Amino acid sequence: MLAAGRAGRSVLLVAATGAGKTLAGFLPTLVDLLEPYEGLHTLYISPLKALAVDVQRNLLTPIEEMGLPIRVETRTGDTPADRKARQRANPPHILLTTPESLSLLLTHPDSAQLFAGLKTVVVDEIHAFATQKRGDLLALGLSRLEALAPGLRRVGLSATVADPDSYRAWLAPHGDMDAVDLVTGDPGAEPDIAIMLPDDDRIPWSGHSGRWATHHVMRQIERHRTSLVFCNTRGLCELMFQDLWTVNDNGLPIGIHHGSLSVEARRKVEQAMADGKLRALVCTSSLDLGIDWGDVDLVMQMGAPKGSSRLLQRIGRANHRLDEPSEAILVPGNRFEYLEARAALDAVEEGALDPDIFRPGALDVLAQHVMAVACAGPFDEAELLAEIAAAAPYAGLSAELFGNILSFIESGGYALRAYDKFKRLRRNADGKWQVTNPRFIQQHRENAGIIVEAPALNVRFRNGRKLGTVEEYFASTLSVGDTFHFAGLTLEVERIDTPELIVKATTRPARIPTYVGLRMAMTTHLADRVRHFLAEPETWRRFPDDVREWLEVQQRRSLLPQPDQLLVETFPHEGRHYLVLYSFEGWNAHQSLGMLITRRMESAGLKPLGFVSNDYALAVYGLEEIADPAALLSPDILEEEFVDWVQGSNLLKRAFREVAIIGGLVERQQLGKRKSGRQVTFSTDLIYDVLRRYEPDHLLLRAAWEDARARLTDVARLGGLVERAASTLVHAKLDRVSPLAVPSLVLIGRESVPAGLADDDLLIEAESLARIAMAE
Amino acid sequence: MVRFSFCGHDLIALPQGALFWPARRALLVADLHLEKASWFARGGQMLPPYDSIATLADLTALAASVGPAEIWCLGDSFHDTGGCERLPERACELLAALTHAHRWTWITGNHDPVVAAIVGGEAVAEAELDGLILRHEADPGDPRPELSGHFHPKLRIHRRGRLVSRRCFVMSETKLILPAFGALTGGLEAHHPEILRAVGPGAEALVPLSDRLLRFPVAA
Repeated sequence: MLAAGRAGRSVLLVAATGAGKTLAGFLPTLVDLLEPYEGLHTLYISPLKALAVDVQRNLLTPIEEMGLPIRVETRTGDTPADRKARQRANPPHILLTTPESLSLLLTHPDSAQLFAGLKTVVVDEIHAFATQKRGDLLALGLSRLEALAPGLRRVGLSATVADPDSYRAWLAPHGDMDAVDLVTGDPGAEPDIAIMLPDDDRIPWSGHSGRWATHHVMRQIERHRTSLVFCNTRGLCELMFQDLWTVNDNGLPIGIHHGSLSVEARRKVEQAMADGKLRALVCTSSLDLGIDWGDVDLVMQMGAPKGSSRLLQRIGRANHRLDEPSEAILVPGNRFEYLEARAALDAVEEGALDPDIFRPGALDVLAQHVMAVACAGPFDEAELLAEIAAAAPYAGLSAELFGNILSFIESGGYALRAYDKFKRLRRNADGKWQVTNPRFIQQHRENAGIIVEAPALNVRFRNGRKLGTVEEYFASTLSVGDTFHFAGLTLEVERIDTPELIVKATTRPARIPTYVGLRMAMTTHLADRVRHFLAEPETWRRFPDDVREWLEVQQRRSLLPQPDQLLVETFPHEGRHYLVLYSFEGWNAHQSLGMLITRRMESAGLKPLGFVSNDYALAVYGLEEIADPAALLSPDILEEEFVDWVQGSNLLKRAFREVAIIGGLVERQQLGKRKSGRQVTFSTDLIYDVLRRYEPDHLLLRAAWEDARARLTDVARLGGLVERAASTLVHAKLDRVSPLAVPSLVLIGRESVPAGLADDDLLIEAESLARIAMAE
Repeated sequence: MVRFSFCGHDLIALPQGALFWPARRALLVADLHLEKASWFARGGQMLPPYDSIATLADLTALAASVGPAEIWCLGDSFHDTGGCERLPERACELLAALTHAHRWTWITGNHDPVVAAIVGGEAVAEAELDGLILRHEADPGDPRPELSGHFHPKLRIHRRGRLVSRRCFVMSETKLILPAFGALTGGLEAHHPEILRAVGPGAEALVPLSDRLLRFPVAA
């Protein structure tokens, strides 16, 4: 690191958690700053505010011990306005910030002076966001910094990744990976990973959370100093927390942490953790990144791990000393999850990681960045295009598309030039673009940002204490007096005062909140490994008896597909005809496919009744036998029905809402801003409908569509599956349910969405239920 | 289309979110909110400038299918006073054709107290038609049967993991509130206290489908 620093070279440092990466990233800066220096020398960018604050703490200690005259400050959304103003006038030597705060800094006219002497940018946890929209924003920010401070050194810090070269290219100007040296850290001791099995070795047929293991998990918590218990969803996290407390006979301090909890609640539990006051923390991916807590000595993963890279990073949360192995336990919820856990464990042992998918930069993010640049002062169109194209995600951006972006920012970019008198940008006498009114600058600063929350209600006590948020959909299922588990508490609804849900504590039985939206899908890498297990009986020796037996009976009664085959089973069961498709493409893709197939069954007169899916398989059922499954999967399903379905689906409406906010078309609806009786707001769903009807080629619709396609890789996986189906489908026609089908059919807590039930039918059903319930 | 009875009159709630009164061959719509998008555009939110065209195209299609003699707009026809002058050309044409072909009355609302003469039709604050009062916002103190708009009622039903949200009518013994007809108009839930206060006790939400009328009791 020091050599690269002395040579002024940019560098990507890839090392395991706990290897002291962050400090290594700062070393050349500290050496430089032994000499007196005026102004901002190093900018550190982290995906998390909390991490920036933590790094400041960790950096200050060596600086103070060495008595260095170095000023280090943080700048995030939480920094008070007066300090922010002072930082611009009198910058510290090292500024710690986030991609969003950097983007906001760049909106100020004095940012050119502020960054003119900048020597180094350090990007931490680069693996966590380079491939996402926040990565796009940062890539654009780096290009801007390069223009303000040419020759700037870039330092990327990353956890172990499958393909470091793609990160080098991402970090480098013009995607030139040779401009970035690669430094690889000591891999450290091999982790010690086990798969937890029930006492009788019998893994349950069904379930997906590992709830069977509550007692075992409790025993592990008792045996260790501090444990992290990772759950795959916020709902499961609440459930596991409740379960653990019912068997927590010693009253050990166990906390809960997930992304829907209020900031206050999260900070409190993080502090308790840092102080060593907790024995266990039940958490979600909200803890995948973040502060190092030295005392964690066990990581448990409830349910399937979903990916080897993620698993490795989670395991890295334990034991931040390189010379000792991290200890981890995987808790599979059912037999398929056992196979997945086994596959993940093998992958970690082999050091095989999930490849990261880099996609072209998002257009909504680009629009936000261009507006940020415009806020700082007039710009030349060609110069800015060249600067943007130097950011790897936007390499090859055409002048035409850039022109569309400008026209979008200027007045919405519509074919109907209705808003020429309301323009936000115009060319000045020098031919440069500039903002027409200072209030648009203010508006941009208030609305900029990449994270768009789902519509949600604030959950709080009557005394004002905020607990967090629940999604609108879940809230709409609640009435006054209903009870639910949240933030580790059992709550009763006292009042629903949109957008607030006023609650009080209760001891009555309660439900677990549901969170709509996408679930984390198993990576294709793990899916491939599981497919290989099925096809290779010689690998089964390592499996527990009942898993092996399960596969052996399947082999006798039905088929086990080769890795490149798509197994489809059909069989009658309890008066219905089933079709089960083992595609291993993840729950999201299976849900979409279920919708499409049942729709096709409807038109083919097969009388579908519903479907149910998990990460591994999709089962559809109806009243008629499905003699020809291939016909239901013909590739034209993607051309017509699929496009139709996606465009009409909430999927694309959600994506549209996000791009409309990020792109700056509409302002964020501030949660807590009260809706009055008369509507002064508008819904992005309605905007979507109008736009689709009158200008289907609009930039934002294109952005929403690209988002849905690129980010929801499951949709692409679905496409691949259907394309392969014609040549790879093997049909096993059975007289009864097969062993492999059981885990999919006995899913608990999954609602099967009945086919053929359009919104009208749901309303009719609701009305008739209401009538029956209300009948005298 | 299913008729229902309101204070002795046979009425038809149309799935498009409008009311048809066969005895008078009258079509009633509420809350068109024309030029809502351009109102937001003035403030920097450049919503698609097609909302008036969409709303008027829908109304034109509806008028063509039910063949009314008269059309009544129950207020908030324009999102704001200046909306009229911002109408794009295509929308002006659609509107002129509509006001020309039918007896057309604007009931004025809180968003558009003055409807300019240039778009045609007659503007009144309130009207009484065969014993029914037509006004923009329901008056809880008036005991006479009344048709109004203003609240944009909608019904949200969650079933089988899906949330269905639909514009709806809200009816009590003497009050009937129409849903908003405008393409960009959001909604207020039918059981919102303000709506219940306006219509009084015993309210129902009516959701017309193509072949039937669903009725849901609404209470706080």
